[in-house]
Amino acid sequence: MVRGVLGHRAFQPTMVGGLMVFALFAMPSIFDATWIFNFTQMALYSMVAASVGMLYGRVGLVSLGQVAPYGIGAWVTIRLAFATDIPYPLLLVIGGGVAAVIGVLIGLPALRVSGLYLALVTLMLAVGVEVILFRLKFANGGPGFNGLALTMSDRAPVPRPTFAEGDIAYFRFVVIVAFIIFMLAVAFLAAKPGRAWASVHQSEPSALASGISVTRYKLMAFGLAAFMAGVAGGLYGAHVQWSIGVDQFNRQAALFLIAVVLMGGIGSLWGALLAAFFATIMLPFLTQNVIGHQFWNDFALTIFGIGLMINLIQTTKAMEKKGLLE
Amino acid sequence: MIEITDLSVQFGGVRSLDEVTLTFPGGNCGLIGPNGAGKTTLFNVMSGFVTPVAGRIVIDDVDLLDMTDYRRARWGVRRTFQTVQTIESLTVYENVRTVHEHAAEGSRSERQDSVDDVLAFVGLSEVRDKVVRTLSQRDRRFIEVARAIVGTPRVVLLDEPAAGLPEEETDHLAQIIRSVPERTGATVILVDHDMSLVQACCDWTAVLDFGRLVAAGPTAEVLHDERVLAAYVGDEEA
Repeated sequence: MVRGVLGHRAFQPTMVGGLMVFALFAMPSIFDATWIFNFTQMALYSMVAASVGMLYGRVGLVSLGQVAPYGIGAWVTIRLAFATDIPYPLLLVIGGGVAAVIGVLIGLPALRVSGLYLALVTLMLAVGVEVILFRLKFANGGPGFNGLALTMSDRAPVPRPTFAEGDIAYFRFVVIVAFIIFMLAVAFLAAKPGRAWASVHQSEPSALASGISVTRYKLMAFGLAAFMAGVAGGLYGAHVQWSIGVDQFNRQAALFLIAVVLMGGIGSLWGALLAAFFATIMLPFLTQNVIGHQFWNDFALTIFGIGLMINLIQTTKAMEKKGLLE
Repeated sequence: MIEITDLSVQFGGVRSLDEVTLTFPGGNCGLIGPNGAGKTTLFNVMSGFVTPVAGRIVIDDVDLLDMTDYRRARWGVRRTFQTVQTIESLTVYENVRTVHEHAAEGSRSERQDSVDDVLAFVGLSEVRDKVVRTLSQRDRRFIEVARAIVGTPRVVLLDEPAAGLPEEETDHLAQIIRSVPERTGATVILVDHDMSLVQACCDWTAVLDFGRLVAAGPTAEVLHDERVLAAYVGDEEA
């Protein structure tokens, strides 16, 4: 398995090693607390972007619903973090696992449709999860199933792991988890599922004629992608800590996510990092640190929209060239 | 031996296959006919992509229609497509390996040997580790054939494998196709409009026209059958 990952085209050891050293050791001494906060958000958002990119770029499944497992992972992890003493890494696995189960369930009805219809079905399911999360709200240290405290004085921040309570330590923790999640994705891509996904993406009839259970591998892709997003959600709660709302997990967030993923590129996992950079670094940089005006916020989003349009046109042309569109 | 009995396929108001009863005896068999005769439809029924309205297909005493599409491939029904459908993002080796790991049995080392053997057999060893998107259409055609014959196929359905190939490559392809039954024990059914390829590869041939069986028997006899000349050769001359 390890040999397969290290030898796979998707893994570039020099680039990955250099990036990890830079992120873990150089960035905390270069950037101030505000930027470390943003880069923490970038690291965890890159996992969600990678999950969308993997589904779309590797399996050909256009899912607009990846904010749903992201939110479910956040809810489960936050709730268990308040209610139990389970070690945080294990909480992330549980949160990701629950999200994966939901992801597979979301995938079941989605198996009957593809393309635009799949996008619409997954968006509808994401809206459903958004409504549920809005009703449940995120735990903040209170009692009961929801874990909601009624008064401000009873509210508590989402606990962070004891070994990563400070912002810089938590940033490093998130970077390491993101690295593990990316390696997990590469491990799947380098192995039998990755080849089956490539086959399904290229041609479902050809995949079936190769003995590949298209249903099984699509569900596996939904499950893995949901796990990746769910773990990211688990990290999000302890990142923000206070006043966690559904903003990150609503329909606007879903559309924004697919926009930045397409802009970052779905051809490789590096595109997920670029997408996360656009969403969590470039946009705040344009809107807060440089210009700081609502007009420029709208202007920045317009630039994103133009970028998305250009990307869609190029993708369509590429698909026509490959004979995937008539 | 492949026994097809009263097989009918209906697309809306069009009957693509009309009560076709036919037995492929084994070895290399040709399946010819003009465009729209139902050749690819028959392949699609055998692959599980199209459900017939009536009929049976029995291979080695197993009713093929009882199996789901991908299980047929695992059982041994393999095929190529008119439009090449190799996996562009994978290497040549990975393309063939993908079929082997889903549709054939064997340990990791057996798989590697088997895949390398078949790549050598079709003449693709030199491009073994090249990503398919960098290769020519000719290479893609041979990759499809390699994917169809790797492991232990029972039936190999070749749907116009020579389309777009130059003459010398068609000769090379004919050599490969002729060797497949002996190498794998599979029955090969070859659909192609190149009559010289069908004659070179197949001892036995069936002819379809408008979804009906026109003739079946030894290739040399069938190609001189008046009904075939009227249906197929006549069509070609027109």
